[in-house]
This record gives sequence, structure tokens and C-alpha cells, in this order.
Amino acid sequence: MFESSLKQMGDALRARKISSVELTQSYLDRMARLNPQLNAYISIDAEKSLAQAKAADARLAAGSADALTGIPIAQKDIFCAKDWLTTCGSKMLHNFVSPYDAHIISQFNNAGAINLGKTNMDEFAMGSSNETSYYGPVKNPWDTARVPGGSSGGTAAAVAARLCAAATGTDTGGSIRQPAALCGISGLKPTYGVCSRYGMIAFASSLDQAGPMGRSAEDLALMMNVMAGFDERDSTSLQRDKEDYTRDLNKPLTGLRIGLPKEFFAEGMGADVAKAIEAAIAEYKKLGATIVDISLPNSKLSVPVYYVLAPAEASSNLSRFDGVRYGYRAPEYSDLADMYEKSRAQGFGAEVQRRIMIGTYVLSHGYYDAYYIKAQKIRRLIAQDFVEAYKQCDVIMGPTSPSTAFKLGEKGDDPVQMYLSDIYTIAVNLAGLPGMSIPCGFGDNDMPVGLQIIGNYFDEARMLNVAHQYQLATDWHSRAPQGI
Amino acid sequence: MSWEIVIGLEVHVQLSTQSKIFCGASTAFGAEPNTQADAVSLALPGVLPVLNKGAVERAIKFGLATGAHIAPRSVFARKNYFYPDLPKGYQISQFELPVVGQGALTIQVPAQGKQPAYEKVVRLTRAHLEEDAGKSLHEDFHGMTGIDLNRAGTPLLEIVSEPDMRSAAEAVAYAKTLHTLVQWIGICDGNMQEGSFRCDANVSVHKPGTPFGTRREIKNLNSFRFLEQAINYEVQHQIAVLEDGGSIQQATVLFDPDTGETRVMRTKEDAHDYRYFPDPDLLPLEISEEWKQQVAATLPELPHTKQERYVRDLGLSAYDANVLTQSKGIAEYFEATAQACNQPKLAANWVINDVRRFMTEGAKDENGEPAASEVRDGVPGRDAIRVPAESLGKLISRITDSTISNAGAKKLFSALWTAQDTTNVDLLIEQMGLKQVSDSGAIEKIVDEIMAANTDKVAEYRSGKDKLFGFFVGQAMKASKGQANPAQLNEILKAKLAG
Amino acid sequence: MSLSTQDVEKVARLARLAMSPSEIETSRNQLNGIFGLIAEMQAVDTDGVEPMSHSQDLAQRLREDKVTESNQREAFQAIAPQVEQGLFLVPKVIE
Repeated sequence: MFESSLKQMGDALRARKISSVELTQSYLDRMARLNPQLNAYISIDAEKSLAQAKAADARLAAGSADALTGIPIAQKDIFCAKDWLTTCGSKMLHNFVSPYDAHIISQFNNAGAINLGKTNMDEFAMGSSNETSYYGPVKNPWDTARVPGGSSGGTAAAVAARLCAAATGTDTGGSIRQPAALCGISGLKPTYGVCSRYGMIAFASSLDQAGPMGRSAEDLALMMNVMAGFDERDSTSLQRDKEDYTRDLNKPLTGLRIGLPKEFFAEGMGADVAKAIEAAIAEYKKLGATIVDISLPNSKLSVPVYYVLAPAEASSNLSRFDGVRYGYRAPEYSDLADMYEKSRAQGFGAEVQRRIMIGTYVLSHGYYDAYYIKAQKIRRLIAQDFVEAYKQCDVIMGPTSPSTAFKLGEKGDDPVQMYLSDIYTIAVNLAGLPGMSIPCGFGDNDMPVGLQIIGNYFDEARMLNVAHQYQLATDWHSRAPQGI
Repeated sequence: MSWEIVIGLEVHVQLSTQSKIFCGASTAFGAEPNTQADAVSLALPGVLPVLNKGAVERAIKFGLATGAHIAPRSVFARKNYFYPDLPKGYQISQFELPVVGQGALTIQVPAQGKQPAYEKVVRLTRAHLEEDAGKSLHEDFHGMTGIDLNRAGTPLLEIVSEPDMRSAAEAVAYAKTLHTLVQWIGICDGNMQEGSFRCDANVSVHKPGTPFGTRREIKNLNSFRFLEQAINYEVQHQIAVLEDGGSIQQATVLFDPDTGETRVMRTKEDAHDYRYFPDPDLLPLEISEEWKQQVAATLPELPHTKQERYVRDLGLSAYDANVLTQSKGIAEYFEATAQACNQPKLAANWVINDVRRFMTEGAKDENGEPAASEVRDGVPGRDAIRVPAESLGKLISRITDSTISNAGAKKLFSALWTAQDTTNVDLLIEQMGLKQVSDSGAIEKIVDEIMAANTDKVAEYRSGKDKLFGFFVGQAMKASKGQANPAQLNEILKAKLAG
Repeated sequence: MSLSTQDVEKVARLARLAMSPSEIETSRNQLNGIFGLIAEMQAVDTDGVEPMSHSQDLAQRLREDKVTESNQREAFQAIAPQVEQGLFLVPKVIE
């Protein structure tokens, strides 16, 4: 049953072959057994989850169930969920029991899905390995000596280890796609503005986007049907007609034009990753796709641009954590300034403080034009590269991450090395485009490799179709880690 | 050569919306602490701003009323600094691209001593939308400060003038004109006690013909009297320092009403680095030509336009026209009165002298500003006028048709102010016995009787003691119980005394 | 370009982060590494390019001026570090 697709689970629930309480309890049992090894969850609250399951069973019995009614879904701990501890992976929010629901949480509640728990993450979503979480690192289910990626590492590990049916993530520079790749699962970052950011704790507002993580493209499509949609409380939420993201899953890929950016296949990518990506491209050719060589000349600048813009926005977004209205306040201080400085120095971890420092510096007097404005200009050049590219192709493919999962502690104290692990994913956020990662094989040490699929704006349904057809032809996505 | 004073004002006007600028919490004044601080006002993690249309409309109104450029596209920025009453750690404001660009305001500076009243145009640099902060309550909570965030997020229009004012009197005239205007066009309730209209003054002095001096900014002046006192103190202080051979350091200062002095809050060295950048949570604000025209259609006739019309069409003096347009309520009342009696000059006199005196008597606060009860819905005073315009118009008509005397009219007006029925003017004239005797036969009879009773005085008068005329008028008035038509009485008395 | 100790101290103060001298030094080294990466931007010709703040070229949506929120002080202050008489308490603010 843990291997069932969301559709199969939904069918079983609606046919009353299994109750939501039974399904939820079996996940809770599995979590109790396996989560201590993986640390994928920060908060588990069986009582709350089972109460929701009971309500879902009533709805199932009444015949008013939706596709995800009764299905246990894990929520990244970045989403505020009423009465749930919502930490964002930080000591700063170690005691923050949210008084309200994020839009995404309300959407799942309305759909009758079960909140199975809050997943671990890099602190304030700043990290690519899940090692910056105040609640300890998450272990990769394929090899617990390795990282699951980040920042949605808890979600990725939970999905890979079958500790939930599917889960949510957020992606500011690759935080859905990179952990999906490293944990051998599927993940989709939608077009910026498709999923509401209301109640999603902000890292870099102009880049943050929520998205689903699951075991297959088909599961992601069902999740998207719940997550996507206009929300009047988010000024950047897009007013568009409701879509059925499953509508194109079964279309053949004949005539699909796949663009391969030469910059993604240059030096820097591991040989094992390259081999798996090439095999995937070959598979797509078999499915009827044609390959187009394209160029994204400015994409090499996406890392520096990102490390100006995202910290700048973050430094401001994180100013509200001051120990006045909620969250951590230092136990001892001499005056107001001291309370601010100590609460923030003790409440934020090293990586978060580093990003606040970068952001504060680039916005400060005398540096704004040289850094912030310059980065925003190059951001436009990066976005324009994609506009040009989509004149020649329908989707763009390449690696999600230059390497497979690295060992815990391996990148140590060198932030620059860590930042470069997002080199293929960041440009997508800067442009606001949808991107996804699907499993496409295994590299060295039998660790999963992810294929990145980048679509044009609002092309999520087509991307899901492209991924689904591949998953019909291959079985990488249904491989499960052994020994846990 | 004497010093020239240079003043520019930044005025924070609280916009009279129901809800806050970026969320649906109430802006009502005086609620229990933090009961109007919703998730957005508190800056809970994850919350986001959505711009209030009503706030933008009010900014457009202001721009139209001052002939300013209204930006088709403006941008909200974050002004970053830490303060406990600033929940997000940044204020959402406008920096590089404000909603309202350059405009102008014509002010009337009243006469002072030998200097006559004059008109002046003050240029407006810009006006931008931003959110208000909360309040820090400094009462002692075991040595701590209490924070109330009800006010956090209240919409403000910050109106910045050019350094065009050359005296405290000009600054006060500018502030008063602006205060009138924002209430007139219905964008602010004008309540200075509640902080709806707050002034910061940038003050410097220099010798004419030399560059402007270094300025100091006086923060948070919430009455016209304080504005004047603070500027005068600051000017004297700066001149004293300079004449002593010292120099002025750029600084932000606070005015202490108790001592009448200003003191330094922070200097340029510890000035903030606000790290402004466009707020990524908000998209550019676009204002179409069509929207501007819709708003323009709702704009009332403006004070300055009314003044010109009163002088041109109604024959009023510039001074009277200015006084009558101090508030929209007064102007509307005047116009209704003038229409009812068709006597604009008389109506103006009555409104300027009698109506305004009755309105404000006993209704002033300690600063001499109209009390809060006088200011509602942006139309100050109109509901404080107890006598309907139609009744005052009737009263004036009864003067001009000689039914009542001027003295009788004053009594009548006073009675109307407190009457149950303020509409039946003629009935009240009857009841009060104010009707003048205009029957020449009756007046002649009274005059004859008085002359008969005072033959000695008649003789004295006829021998050249002219000033006894007043004595006869007094006697006749007394005999008519004050009801004799004075003009008629004079005429008859003069003729009869002449023999 | 390279940040001095004073630069880092100033930034830490602006960001309200208490840092010991050794933390300032560590931070300085890391920031200089990161700004080495960021410096790659300066080689790009961006003359005439409009800065990009948002990925979609859209205008701000406006809310009708209506009160939609009601008092939830009790729930909101249940998670506050220190409150009294409905106020959030902080160390004395000196102006």
C-alpha cells in the first residue's frame, strides 16, 4: 500500500477498502519506526492527524470526497498550519504555534487531505543539504551517511522512505528540485505566482514558490490540482482559470522539441550524472522527441545574481524576527538593542546569519547600485535567454544537480562550494519559470540522479505530460531505497 | 545683512479609510490596545500585503487638488530599520517613484503688525503613500515599554514641500491651508489630537545670496501653535550659534512643548541606513487616465476656486472669501445662506462674525484648535451650526425688508441657536416681539409725546446743542420698546426737532 | 574588493546581530569568499537593461476598502514573549 499511487489510494478510500484512519495510522506507525533514523519530520502529532482522518472518513462515507480526501500528506515546516508548531527549521520559531493557516494548508484541508506532520528543512529554507536545520540534519534514505539535499530535504526523505503519500516543498533556488534529485523522487516548482505564498514563511519573496513532491508525475499532477490557484491575500498570486493538471498526462510526445543548453553540459557536472542524463535524453528520442541545441549564455551568472538578490530580500524578510511579538527572545539582555542583537544572534543559525549579512551589505548605502541593481539587470538578461530559447524548443532538459548526494559534513564550512550545488536550478527561479526534477537513474555509490525539465511559463501540464510519459517507459521513479 | 529663514515641511496625513493600507484590519481610533492588530499588522511569519484601493484614491484626489503630476506607475519600497513599533522591521513606503509628483499650494499669509496679508505659492515636491507605525507607551511597566500595534498599517500620505517658506507664519499658513484642503477633499479627518495630521519641519538659516544653510529637522509637531513655537525657537537657536562663530550640524530634533525648546534626537553620524529597495511582495501601482478622471469627477470645488468665485461673482473681499473657505462646511453653509436671502455680502458678514463665534465658543481645546467634536467626516463644523442656512437666510431677509432691526436680529439669532424649532423664523420674531414699528403715524405720535415732555431739551437742541439728538432717539426707542424702525425714527425726529 | 573588520561590524550592527570579535573575523573571511563569487557580475555589460524585480510584468491588484478582520488578540498574544494589559512589552524605548 505504501507503493500505491495517489490515484490508487484515493480509489481504495472511496471504495471503502481502507479507511483514512487505518491508512493514516499505518503511516504514523511507519514514521514512529523510521523517522528516528532519518529525522525527516520536525513535528508529528498523531492525535491531530487522526482527527482529520476521522473527518475525512465521514466525508468519504457521505460520498463527497475529492481526489485527495483521506490521503496523508506531509507539509514542509515552512507553511503555517493553525495549532501546529511551525518552526521553519529555526530555533527562532522553536515555540511558534501558528495561529493561522497558510493558503496551501487551507487548500489541503478543504480537499480533505490529512496533515501527517511537518517536515524538516534547512533553516528558513537556506541551504542545499538540510544541514542548517536547528532540529538536526535529515539523512538520505538511500544512504544515511549522505545528505538528502535541501532545503526541502525532510520532505524529499519522507517521500523517498514512504513516510507519507506525497508532500509539499518550496523552491527559491532549487529547494524542491535538488532534494528530489538527491532522494530519487519527483518534484515540481510551478511558475512563480501559481501557488499562493500566503502563510509560507518568506525567504526571498520574488523567488519563493511552493510545489509538490511525490513519487511520480501523476501524483504531482493531483497535488497541483489542490495547491495551484488564485489567492487574493497574495499580491503576486496570478488570477488564472483553474486548471486540471492531469489533463495532458497521456498525450504522446511525438514532435516534442527538447532544448539542451550547452552551458548545462559543460564542465562541472559529474561523469556519473552526465551518463544518466544522456541515457534519459536517448529514452526521450525513443518516445518521439527531437533534440535542439540551445544556449543560455547568461545562466552561468545565476549563482552570483542569486546570492545578491535572495539574501537582500531575506535580510529584510527576516527583520520581523525580533523577539517582540512571537518566537525566541534571549533570556538575558541589558537594553532594547541588546535584546534585538542577542535574540537574533542566538535564534538564527550560522547560515541564516551569513545570508542576512550579505543581504544587509548589498542593500546598504553606497553598494545598492553596484550589487542589487546590477543583479536585477542581469536577472533580466537571464530571463530573456529563456524567452529566446523557447522560440526553438518546447521544454529544456539538463541535470538538476551537478552531483549525486554528498556526505554529511562534506561541504563543511565553505559556503561557496555549497552555493555552487544549485548552479543548474537557480536560473529557473530568477526567470520565474516552472521546473521539475524526476529520477533518471543512479550514479556512483548507487545514489539517484535527477533529470531537470524546465518549461515555459504556465506549461506545468505539458511538463507533467513529458515526465509521465518517461515514467511509463522507465521504472526509476518506482525504485525504493532498501534497508530502511 | 539679516538672516533669511528657509523652511520646508513634511506632513504625514492619515488617510480616512475604513481599513488599513495593506490589510483588512480597522483603522478606528481609540480601540483597546492590539485589538485591531491582525496577522498582517503583527507581521506574523508568512503574511503578505495587499494594497487598499481607498488609500490610492485618496492620494489621487490630493494630486488632482494640487495640480500635481500623478504617476501612471509608482513603486512601493521597503525602508528597513528596527524599532519595536515597526513590526516587520521595515516600513512599506514609496521612495524613488512616488504616486504624486510635483504640485503647488497657494497660501494666504495673514497680516502681522505693519506687514499686510499676502498670497504665496508653495511648491510641493511629492506626496507618497506609506504605512503608519504602532505606538510605544512609555508608562512604566516594571521598567519596560508597552507596544500597541493598532495604528500599525494605517495609511499615510506623506506630503513634502519645497523649502519655499521664509517664516514661521508662512509655515503655519501652509500647514493650515493643507489641513483645510485634506479635509475639504475628504481624504483625512484632520484630527490633530489623534495624530491624523502631523508635521515635520526642516529649518535652516542663511544670508540671502549665499547657499542654503545646514538644516535641522523638527519631528512630530501636532499642533499649529507648536509648529510656530518650534520653528521660532529653532531659528533663534541657529542664528545664535552662527553669530557666535559656530556651525550647525545636520540633526533630527524634538520639540518639548513644556520648555518651548528643541533638543537633538540623533545627528547625521548616527543616521539610519534605511536600505531602501522595491518591495518584492507588491507589484507596481498603475493608475490609468480613466481612473484619474473618475476620481476627478468626485472632487468638490476647491477652496482656491471658491475664493476666486466669491470675489468675482459675489463681490466679497479677498479676506472674507478666504475666511469663508477655511472649511468646506462653512463654505457650503455660506452659499446656502446667500442663496436663501440673495444677499451674499450680508450672509458673509453673518457667517464670518456670528455663526463662527457661536460655533467655536466653548468648543476649543487647550491649543486653541477646534475641538474634536467639531471635526467629523472631513467637514469640520457643519454639524456644529445649530441654525439652518435657510433660517439665517430668512433672518437676513427680515433685516433687509425692515421687519426687524439689526439689534433685533442679533437677539433672534441667539434665540434660534438654542431653539427647539430652528425653522420657523417668522413665528419666533412674533413671539419675541421683535417686529419693528414702521407705521409713520405711530412713530410721529411717540415723537410728539417725547417732545412735549421735554420742552427744555427741545429748546436746548434748537439753540445748537446737536448732541442731544441721541437723547431723543433713546427716549423714542424706549417708548417704542425698541421696536421703532431706526431709520424712520431718525428721519421723523430730525424733521420735527427742526421745527 | 574586500570587506574590512569595520565594514563587517557595521553590517552586523545594522542587521542587529550580536557578534564576538572572532565571529566578526570568521564572517569577514566568508563574506569575502562570497563577494569573490559575486564579483563575476561586474564583467557583464548591462547598459540600458531595465532592472527586474518581478518575474511577471503585472500591475498591483487592489483591495476594496473594507474591514475584514476581527479582534484575535488573545490568540495572537498567547505566543508572545511578554505581554501585559494587552501590550507587547519590550525593554524601555529611549527617544
